[in-house]
Amino acid sequence: MVETKSETKTVRFIITRQDTPDSAPYDEEFELAYRPNMNVISALMEIRRNPVTVQGKHTTAIAWDMNCLEEVCGACSMVINGKPRQSCTALIDQLEQPVRLAPMRTFPVVRDLQVDRSRMFDSLKKVKAWIPIDGTYNLGPGPRMPEKKRQWAYELSKCMTCGVCLEACPNVNTNSNFMGPQPLSQVRLFNAHPTGAMNKAERLNTIMGDGGLANCGNSQNCVQSCPKGIPLTTSIAALNRDTAIQQFRNFFGSDEV
Amino acid sequence: MAKNREFGNRRLHSLLGVIPIGLFLIFHLSVNFMATKGEETFNGAVHLIEYTPVKILVEWVVIYLPIIFHAVYGIYIAFTAKNNLGRFSFFRNWMFMLQRLTGVITLIFLVWHIWATRIQAAMGAEVNFDMMADIFSNPFMIAFYLVGVISTIFHFSNGLWSFAVSWGLTVSPKSQKIMTYFTLVVFVLLSYIGVRAIFAFV
Repeated sequence: MVETKSETKTVRFIITRQDTPDSAPYDEEFELAYRPNMNVISALMEIRRNPVTVQGKHTTAIAWDMNCLEEVCGACSMVINGKPRQSCTALIDQLEQPVRLAPMRTFPVVRDLQVDRSRMFDSLKKVKAWIPIDGTYNLGPGPRMPEKKRQWAYELSKCMTCGVCLEACPNVNTNSNFMGPQPLSQVRLFNAHPTGAMNKAERLNTIMGDGGLANCGNSQNCVQSCPKGIPLTTSIAALNRDTAIQQFRNFFGSDEV
Repeated sequence: MAKNREFGNRRLHSLLGVIPIGLFLIFHLSVNFMATKGEETFNGAVHLIEYTPVKILVEWVVIYLPIIFHAVYGIYIAFTAKNNLGRFSFFRNWMFMLQRLTGVITLIFLVWHIWATRIQAAMGAEVNFDMMADIFSNPFMIAFYLVGVISTIFHFSNGLWSFAVSWGLTVSPKSQKIMTYFTLVVFVLLSYIGVRAIFAFV
């Protein structure tokens, strides 16, 4: 009896689609048979097997990005019922219907729900979000990181470049060149590392450039939206303090190397 | 240096809002409040300010130039934001939107206020209790001033909060929360002073 009941239950989707990066978006509606433990990705896969809309129109399969399916890679982010989040952890049982899916428009749309997240990776390169250890000879082991600090830094390292914080930020848009909270928090992570700290001033000076740290407007949407609970606004405020000192050093000079 | 123009501008914008503009606002509201102690007290205070040495220079350096920079750059900041309260109705996002809205209201109010008082004074009018009482004889002006003064005070109080974040004074979430309460108290107190002063002229 339970089985027949679940078979008659359906899930409705309204999906914003877009055929090419420059074409106009349009909505298509789909209805699927409900299955227990469904998530948005399994529903999209189901639609891909039989791409027919509610109106009975045969359409193309929906394009979206996915990879790890366990909310650590950040690839499957999209706007689900108005909120940017990962589609792999968006369980149908917890979503209001009809489920509305749309791409994160802060990024250039490639097709349907697929967006181009390159700008975040470009930002990571720009701020040098890594620890340079290469030399022409063996430099030996670096300074040790205290365990307590390592545990703290681990939280910042959970960033998966998913783009939710950029989508939530009112200051990341086509009118502004703000890089967004994601690369900024990584600057704090790599500046906190004992070896990474050797390039601290360089990273700070980069985020003091155009489109950098100062463009934050403190709406704090990022910290509320981050799926990994990264203290993004604490990172930004801490960097505000670091850059305040750095700007005095730049202006007056400093004997600190 | 050209590379850091935006950073420097933003920091200067934040600083000028508190020093000197915010300090001047508190001074200005305090002088207004003297109107509640009677016409003579208010006129005496106004008279005293008129004796400021090199007044025109002080006015430009402490008031006009900082406000012009803050206003022009602030308008640019306000219009580069794309408000998204519909999707993210968090408290700080409301403050973010209101900060930009009150900034624009404050600018409109200020332009009128400076025209009706300082520019009239430059053209020979005498600034005193009667001048304000005359303005407030129009009920629309009372409403206009109430909106203008309260939005200015909100903009200052909330700006004080973001000043503390922008300069790295409040870093931890707890310190930012305490600062929220502190700036709320500032807002209520200054609003009381500002509104009492308006009704002293009515």
